[in-house]
Amino acid sequence: MTARKEKIVLPLIAVLLGFVLGSLIVTLTGRSPLSMFAAIIKGFSGIDIINRQPINTRYIGEFIIQAMPIILTGLSFAFASRTGLFSIGAEGQLMIGSISATAVALLVEAPKVVHLPLVLLAGILGGALWGAIPGILKARYNVHEVVVTIMMNYIALHFNNFVILHIFGSVDRVKTAPFPETALLKSPFLQSITRQSRLNWGIIPVILAVVIFSFIINKTTFGYSLRAVGYNKEAARFAGMKVSRNIVASMAIAGAFAGLAGAVITVGTFNFGRVIQAAEGYGFDGIAVALVGGNEAMGILLAGLLFGGLKAAQPLMQSQGIPREIAGIIQASIVLFVAMKFGIKMVLDRFERKQVPTTEGDRV
Amino acid sequence: MTFELFLQMFPIALMFSAPIILTALGGLFSERSGIVNIALEGIMMVGAFAGATVTVLLENITPAAAWYGLLAGLLSGVVFSMLHAVASINLKANQVISGTALNILAGGLTVYLCQIIFHQQRTRAFSNGIQKFSVPGLSEIPVLGRMFFDQVYPTFYIAIAMVFVTWFVVYKTPLGLRMRACGEHPQAAASMGINVVKMRYFGVLVSGALGGLGGAVMVLTADIQYTLVSIHGTGFISLASLVFGRWNPFGVLGAGLFFGFSTALSFYAKDIKFLAGLPGEFFYILPYLLTIIALLFFAGKSVGPKAAGEIYDSGKR
Repeated sequence: MTARKEKIVLPLIAVLLGFVLGSLIVTLTGRSPLSMFAAIIKGFSGIDIINRQPINTRYIGEFIIQAMPIILTGLSFAFASRTGLFSIGAEGQLMIGSISATAVALLVEAPKVVHLPLVLLAGILGGALWGAIPGILKARYNVHEVVVTIMMNYIALHFNNFVILHIFGSVDRVKTAPFPETALLKSPFLQSITRQSRLNWGIIPVILAVVIFSFIINKTTFGYSLRAVGYNKEAARFAGMKVSRNIVASMAIAGAFAGLAGAVITVGTFNFGRVIQAAEGYGFDGIAVALVGGNEAMGILLAGLLFGGLKAAQPLMQSQGIPREIAGIIQASIVLFVAMKFGIKMVLDRFERKQVPTTEGDRV
Repeated sequence: MTFELFLQMFPIALMFSAPIILTALGGLFSERSGIVNIALEGIMMVGAFAGATVTVLLENITPAAAWYGLLAGLLSGVVFSMLHAVASINLKANQVISGTALNILAGGLTVYLCQIIFHQQRTRAFSNGIQKFSVPGLSEIPVLGRMFFDQVYPTFYIAIAMVFVTWFVVYKTPLGLRMRACGEHPQAAASMGINVVKMRYFGVLVSGALGGLGGAVMVLTADIQYTLVSIHGTGFISLASLVFGRWNPFGVLGAGLFFGFSTALSFYAKDIKFLAGLPGEFFYILPYLLTIIALLFFAGKSVGPKAAGEIYDSGKR
């Protein structure tokens, strides 16, 4: 199999196996996998196979809402990944993005054309700053980014709650006062074409982010040198590339994507800053999205839509009597199967070899 | 801070320390054998779920239900960590990715099973977890008795015992030496006839056993039932303790006690004059912040197992 074909076929097989395993677990626990798939189809399109209902654009709007933040955290993980870094920090960067957006939304008074971009920019900068810290620690002191980013997620979580509870003041210790209209991504137009779903202008920055990701990585010298560091740090250093600077920049940009996700959730899906009890999983969803999407912009967009739809189908599954957590199980198994690509490839190669008549000496 | 308050903190601090120490020791086995295990969080969740479930189901049958719960936690941890072993040892998966997948899987699987068994997103509450007790005789000792032997959960002593067992196995037996060799330079170990695959399986499965036990200990001492947030990051704190304790059992003990105390301190801070002004979040942040500082401090020194995280390639030199 060629490398290019592999990049498309292996994730597809992983997705397929994930759904097979999910159906198996549903069957083993005495539920019907068919109603699970019916719920998933309804989650994506509103088409109800059981009660024969046509497309309902409200469901499409809601599933895109679910996909938006995880596409961004997927881009975040993938960007660091291309520089050879394993960042688990999207979750925390997202929270810092969210709290920065909250600050600007509450404290700045300006017309919408100024205020909203400022809010998004604050999210981006907050995330970038939070992402740069593990980058600097890695570049300067060679501290492994995995442990640092995990720790920083928890610091971000409690920092977020500290700021909301003690600085902005909360309504019943749960959320801040509502943001002014000028800070919101809300779109009556998008709501009207999706039967009053929560769909909002957040899709614009998300699409821009996908395009910018692809542009930086594939079309710029900077992106090329980032990838070079990812392939072989020493070779890149030898070729005169600034390895340390690239590591910090890569982590900061990865943080920027995640920070934007935080801003989009805060002023798009919600209209207030929130106290967060525990990590909400956007970071881990992003890792799944990036891995299935092969760390490519287009793949991440598609994988983000897939997992977003799966998330949107969760309440529908629950109402069908299937525990909603099956979506998480399917997602985790897909990631596990992607990680096992070496094993899957071995099976495929053996299968392919059986198909093609082999010449002597081929079998060892 | 009054001395009385300090003494009062001990039982709670020791209660929180026990699961952290046990799980971190698990991580020590895995990483010393060369397999990075960030799935500790997920393993704890599975152990906590199994522990709580078995306790609830058995509590009308036997008074020792919670102890069967601990056993169930341990065994379920072994089974769950098997996935990590197969993926990262046999199928050469990236160990961090496989660990991440297991962490996501644990959240889904445990709550899914709660819904199947208990028809709600949590287990039923058990009426009795592990019971506190006072060591006869020793608890009468002035000061020290109050600190370590009065109204303590027996799980703390299990954790202390495991520290010594781990130290003995890892540093004083041929098995431990071979396991450590696989974490430092697997190719060299293999050239001496050590079965790297077997050693790494041993490391990962022991980490599953101790992590699962740690999860069960946590839910059966500090909680009344298993929910999605029962473990809330303690697996990652254990990972931090492993780093903070420099991959050494006694270091882990110290780090585990330290993090246990910092958790207890967050409960008592409002009663302590010079800490009362600090927000509670400060104490939640402390363990994570200290871990990063510790990492900075160790930077450049080779303290962790050298080959941990690398995919084993027997042909590499």
